Amino acid sequence: MALFVILLIPLLVAGLSMIPTKNAKVSARATILGAATVFVLSLFLALGTAPGKQVGVPAFTSWFSTDGLSLLVLLLVSFVGFTASLFSLGYVGRTVPENHQDRIRRYYRRFNLFLLSMLAVPLLSQIAMVWIAVELTTLLSVFLVGFENTPESLEAAWKYVVLTCMGAALALMGVLILYWGLFISGGGEFTWSLLKTASPKIPPVFLTTAFILFLVGFGTKAGLVPLHTWLPDAHSQAPSPICALLSGVETTTALYVILRFLPMVSGSPESALSTWLLVFGLISVGVSAFLLIQVKDYKRLFAYSTIEHMGIILVAAGLSSGTGYAGAVYLILAHALTKSFCFFSAGATLLVTKTREISSVRGLIRLSPVTGSSLMIGGLAIAGAPPFAVFLGEFSIIRAGLAQGQYGVIGALAFFIGIAFCGIMYQVNRMVFGKVSNPGEQLPLPMSCAATLIVAAVPVLLLGLFVPDSLYDLLRLAALSLGR
Amino acid sequence: MTQFNALMGGLFILTAFGIVGLRQILGSLRLFVAQSLLLAASAFILGATHASVHLFVVAGIVLVVKAFFIPWLLYRVLSHELHAKREIEQALDVTTSLLLAAGLTVIAYFLVNPLLIAASDPFIRINLPVGMAGVLLGAYAVAVRREALPQLLGILTMENGAFFAGISIASDLPLLTELAAAFDVLIIAVVVGLLTRRIHKQVGTTLVGVMARLKEE
Repeated sequence: MALFVILLIPLLVAGLSMIPTKNAKVSARATILGAATVFVLSLFLALGTAPGKQVGVPAFTSWFSTDGLSLLVLLLVSFVGFTASLFSLGYVGRTVPENHQDRIRRYYRRFNLFLLSMLAVPLLSQIAMVWIAVELTTLLSVFLVGFENTPESLEAAWKYVVLTCMGAALALMGVLILYWGLFISGGGEFTWSLLKTASPKIPPVFLTTAFILFLVGFGTKAGLVPLHTWLPDAHSQAPSPICALLSGVETTTALYVILRFLPMVSGSPESALSTWLLVFGLISVGVSAFLLIQVKDYKRLFAYSTIEHMGIILVAAGLSSGTGYAGAVYLILAHALTKSFCFFSAGATLLVTKTREISSVRGLIRLSPVTGSSLMIGGLAIAGAPPFAVFLGEFSIIRAGLAQGQYGVIGALAFFIGIAFCGIMYQVNRMVFGKVSNPGEQLPLPMSCAATLIVAAVPVLLLGLFVPDSLYDLLRLAALSLGR
Repeated sequence: MTQFNALMGGLFILTAFGIVGLRQILGSLRLFVAQSLLLAASAFILGATHASVHLFVVAGIVLVVKAFFIPWLLYRVLSHELHAKREIEQALDVTTSLLLAAGLTVIAYFLVNPLLIAASDPFIRINLPVGMAGVLLGAYAVAVRREALPQLLGILTMENGAFFAGISIASDLPLLTELAAAFDVLIIAVVVGLLTRRIHKQVGTTLVGVMARLKEE
């Protein structure tokens, strides 16, 4: 039943945001409360899981069910959803003029619907429904990307919707071919768990074709090169709390669908398909690392880093070993938490300095100590400096690859990660330290934004040093559900 | 029946070519209506042959949503676009792009060929390659067209292509899924249509292909 409640809450709050009240603060507070409840429920579900235990809704198990991997994604979506709702209170309150209360209500309605679609992706077990949920994550966030209504943000929204819908149509073809394969091999419920058991009977050519269509189709949504061009635009033009959701967890939900495919194909024609993953992953990491060096806009910097991380996770999955899967799952966790924190700091920087250009921001730590230090922590953490979680994830992936003798792949991966590290740290350093160039009038950071930075910083700072036992169990289960 | 369905398939590809190459916006929209009608007709034929009520329902959904509601909606939201007396801007000239589109159709046949070995149903042999060609041609239309509405029609053609294949290879998907998919296509049309209108209002043009403010130096 908890699964239904999780989906019901954002829907109710979205409905509530449509009621025309005099002050839109009501919908803001309701959103925070709703997202917090969803997070607490997900936390109980995720940490209470055990091997072989499936949380489902009685009589609806063929539609809604969860396992380790989906609970991990659910947990991440709900956490970032909660922090983003908290950040929105201050951010939207500052950026939207007081007399535009209806715009604020519209923002919260879309925010909740977008959150709902992302929560639905890991909870649904019918693959066709999962496809629809992924498509809805795009369609319900288009107007959030274009929320500022500037020519730039509308351009970003257009590229976003057109490219991801193209990808979705390709993925739909993959879904249909997969269904046909299942039908030929005896039929049954079109769910992840049934496909996993039925996959040895499905002719390999069906699995291969469907897998490649999935990889290209959902890969577009996850920002894999060469279909990544929309991602830096959309992830830099959206309001910052939305960027945190887009970059932190929306890409993860798309990647989740690709990873879901792995148990089905890690049978016979394994080598060829894992090569696809390795090649796609390495190209994404390489291209984004070199694009990172030349950015002028700090939100685009973090957006390219998202492409880099998606590539690394794909490489880890392509290693197709238990240790590789463990690294992939850990990096998913680290990426979602750290990247959302980075975009919160970027949003705070934007509120303080009112510019997106890296070259106009200098000496941030003097202007606003909270913002400056969180940008520094975020930069270090996302670039992969020890002892942060991203570093541990990347390190365990590199070690897994070396243990399997994939020296070429891992050498290239380490080289690209090194370049991306230098690129991010060089830019962040210049922004945080240095002499303040334009000490104009500064507005203090809204309370709720500062609070979000503190809440979101806790897992970023702690996770590299200490993983609680129950979370460790969840990660282990998630890694297990990637293998056969 | 098989031959009649093959006719529908051939005409379907023809409409997809039109979406790639036709120069008038209103004409493209009419072609999309024709394409959706062909999709519904094929679903109807398959339903009659397999005696499947399910496929009749799919044909009905396609008729209502794609052949009637979406065009009506676009007509309402974007009438100024549709009646513009100008040719659609293309990245390539029409001859080259039609030639490339023909190449893509051949590629579509090659892509699905290994799958057809398993196909016992003669309808699949027509619907799957034609559907795949529809998907690829739609994607190509999005890439080559530079205006908002023609790009949207490209996306909708991709969806139509996937459906055209789907009615033959996945004919007994749960009805709820079919309904949700139709609803989803409707939302695409609404969202992209509204976005186009907003771009027209803010930027003053719907030449989305030339919008290039966002890039690295």
